[in-house]
Amino acid sequence: MRSLQARYNRDRVMVALLLLGTALAALPLLLLLGYALIEGFTSLNWDFFTKTQKPPGELGGGMAQAIVGTIILNGVGLLLAIPFGLAAGILLSEYPEHPLNPPLRVLSDTLNGMPAILKGLLAYVLIVKPMGGFSGLSGAVALAFIMLPILAKSTESVLRLVPWTIREAGLGLGLPRWRVILSLVFPAARAGVVTGMLLALSRAAGEAAPLLFTAFGNVYMQLNLLQPMDSLPVRLYTYAVSPYDDWHRQAWAAGLVLLALIVLTSLLARWATRGRQ
Amino acid sequence: MKKLLATAVATAALSGLASAQTVNLTGAGATFPFPILAKYFDEYAKLTDGKVRVNYQSIGSGGGQRQFIEQTVHFGASDNPFNDQQMADIRKNTGSAALNIPFVLGAVVPTYNLPGLTKPLNFSGEVLADIFLGNIKTWNDPAIAKLNPDVKLPPLPITVTHRSDGSGTTFVWTDYLSKVSPEWAQKVGRGNSVDWKAPNKVGARGNEGVAGVVRQTPGAIGYNEVTYAVQNKIAYGAVQNKAGRFVLADLPSIAAAANVPLPGDARISLTNTAAPDGYPVASFSYLLVYEKLDANKAFKSEAEARAFVELLKWMVTDGQKFNEPLTYGRLPSVAQQRALALIARITYQGKPLGKDIVGR
Amino acid sequence: MQAPLARLKRPSALYRMLGDRVFVVVVTLLALGIVALSLGLGYYLYLGGAQAIERFGFWGFLTGTTWDPALKEEFGAWPYLVGTLLTSFCALFLSLFPAIAAAIYAAEYAPKWLVGIINYLVDLMAAVPSVVYGIWGIFVLAPFLRENLFLPAYLWTAEHAPGILPYLGNPSGYGFFTAVVILASMIIPYTTALARDAISLVPQAQREAAYALGATRWEVMRLAMLPYARGGILAGVILALGRALGETMAVAMVIGNTNIMLKLLGIPLLYPLFGPATTMPSVIALEFKEAVTDIHLSSLIALGFYLFLVAFVVNLLASYLINVFKVGGQRA
Repeated sequence: MRSLQARYNRDRVMVALLLLGTALAALPLLLLLGYALIEGFTSLNWDFFTKTQKPPGELGGGMAQAIVGTIILNGVGLLLAIPFGLAAGILLSEYPEHPLNPPLRVLSDTLNGMPAILKGLLAYVLIVKPMGGFSGLSGAVALAFIMLPILAKSTESVLRLVPWTIREAGLGLGLPRWRVILSLVFPAARAGVVTGMLLALSRAAGEAAPLLFTAFGNVYMQLNLLQPMDSLPVRLYTYAVSPYDDWHRQAWAAGLVLLALIVLTSLLARWATRGRQ
Repeated sequence: MKKLLATAVATAALSGLASAQTVNLTGAGATFPFPILAKYFDEYAKLTDGKVRVNYQSIGSGGGQRQFIEQTVHFGASDNPFNDQQMADIRKNTGSAALNIPFVLGAVVPTYNLPGLTKPLNFSGEVLADIFLGNIKTWNDPAIAKLNPDVKLPPLPITVTHRSDGSGTTFVWTDYLSKVSPEWAQKVGRGNSVDWKAPNKVGARGNEGVAGVVRQTPGAIGYNEVTYAVQNKIAYGAVQNKAGRFVLADLPSIAAAANVPLPGDARISLTNTAAPDGYPVASFSYLLVYEKLDANKAFKSEAEARAFVELLKWMVTDGQKFNEPLTYGRLPSVAQQRALALIARITYQGKPLGKDIVGR
Repeated sequence: MQAPLARLKRPSALYRMLGDRVFVVVVTLLALGIVALSLGLGYYLYLGGAQAIERFGFWGFLTGTTWDPALKEEFGAWPYLVGTLLTSFCALFLSLFPAIAAAIYAAEYAPKWLVGIINYLVDLMAAVPSVVYGIWGIFVLAPFLRENLFLPAYLWTAEHAPGILPYLGNPSGYGFFTAVVILASMIIPYTTALARDAISLVPQAQREAAYALGATRWEVMRLAMLPYARGGILAGVILALGRALGETMAVAMVIGNTNIMLKLLGIPLLYPLFGPATTMPSVIALEFKEAVTDIHLSSLIALGFYLFLVAFVVNLLASYLINVFKVGGQRA
């Protein structure tokens, strides 16, 4: 063993190193947030929310169609993903002895880590090609593929937090198992399930890659799911790689709006589960 | 949850109503004419009180051709027309010919980012080929200096910027380089996307992307439709034409290059023109349209087909007035007549829509 | 919560039996959707890429170095595969120190109020959209690196050691190094989150025993805690690797998208440090809509299939480790 002084010094050096590492880890995020706030706020205006795209090179216009598109795509995607995601969560948590569980758990985790662009490719092969056209629907399906495993995992973990005594009480009263799950366990875990949905939304809302060749993009407001639909991330990407200053400005604004949406959902999720864990 | 569902259903119903009144057309393809197409469609939507809305996505000419063949779009746009093989394949697979309708004239220019230079650089075809092959690696290379004797060139390394997507602009550019450089023709060739040989290259998506990279990167050289350079104040060079003159792309020099006899189906390459005042890297841009519109799965009703043919006619006639403010050439009258004749051939379920609307 | 119970009549045996059966079947069928999706992903990607894989062969496509859609119509995955692996592993390496330092700091050293903030920032970091990293990369990071690192280094090397210029590559700002820096910042939260969980799962007794022996704080960490948390940290690292492999937009926006490689011992193995490179996801994102010929499209989907294989193995490993070491139980 080295001398006590040397060991103390070593301890101090390590603390300094840890601090340095933590600062390094936080630095990109802080820089990113800082730039997004400054560039975004100076670029935001009312037109951004109310107008649609202007021809390139002309000043002004906004991303109304992309904002609406993002909301529709994610909303429909979530509706599509909910039955499957919740069912998988129920199976994993409430039927621990079910033979499907081990492969389901592994495949669901694996699916969660799969590159989003591959899920877009799958939606292209399954929907765009047979239907003969880019559509909001195919984009929503691609987003649902992303949300599915997140929903399954979060549903499973919140259902597991519900005390077993509640289930035993229900079963003891002679309720069938499905009734116990739907009427007792689920309501008790409601806030957690909602949090899982918000988490899934916040993960999918920022994805551009799977929408490039499914929802495709649109310069007009489009509410019909069978038509190509715009979204904030795709519009942001298109504008960011363009040469137009005014489009760069709007891309930053889109980045800020996306970030704000995500911070908002995560705060909402925290609020929904306040006082737990 | 129920609320969400109800809203979704209501939205779907609403949009069903809305689409009964408006015609939504989807197009995809070339980025080369994107600024003018966006202008056309914006103006045309105003003209029809928003009844005809065209959603055009500039994904590149290659993409336009692809999506046209896949029939995911009502029309494609491309700077190079379909070749004979593609025309035959389309006819064989769909029973309908493909029409290549010219609607605008443009030029591809070498754009570059060299801080401090005030007047445009001169390039020759061979020097451009050598730069894009990676044989010339720095801006103060003697070959460039020889063409620009009174310019002080910086020792910056050259960043060759090319299109990463399938692109008609790339086709026009490589078509020109293939005509002027045997080494290029043999090693790279012409195409919508090619195997770029320069090790100092960067790929970017669309005319927008290439212009974006050139603007952001000192020492970069790229190739763009001239409008992108003008709109974004990116420097672009003069190119030596067949007659030996250094010509800067502008409306007269583009028009001079287009002053050639046109075949009946309007498919033609304008590069390396012999016209003494012509700019050597000019091209028409084409709309890709099925002759029998009903052969295209994207067309769901006669109303759509009718609105589309009316739009086409407007584009090659009244719409032409928007070309020149955006540095695109108007169609010469021969080309305009050819375009109208092509539109007149369009049918929908046997009905001669084109004849009805063009009026001949 | 008690209301539904009160309203219930005594259920019949039929209702109980049938209800439970039906419920399990419905839930199982729906859950099978996830299984089908994971397997279908691989299957359909294989199907879509079959044309390319058949024409060039499984290994031929994998090791092919040409990507020529125009003249020869020949395609190979090698430059993209190597680009993906190189960027991901370099980013992983770069992210290790900050990610694990932040985890240790948050788990053991930070005052309580700061722990909450760090945890929130970590979660937020994982949720920042890829395109937002991308726009920051284009307009802030790439110009900064170009002016302060790439150009000075390039000019210095051009003067003093022109021999290694090709290894530095073209200093345009868009390239390998920029992509690695962006990727590293993006994957930090994945490692940090799991490593933090792993460290906080170390039994209190373990820590107290080490303190009782007179160990300093760092020695407790080094000798008593880290060995215990090793597995969980590894799980986080592998998970982060999986994320890096599939990251698309941010990389596509800054990497320069070029498939020209440097040769090492005659084999194309490297990309220039500052110069442009490419990855599998970014080439799919950029060329998919624009591919003209069937074989080009099929080659892109085949790339997707290879990416699927790589990502599948890595994620399988990660999920195995996560389950073995029981970290990340609460997070999705």
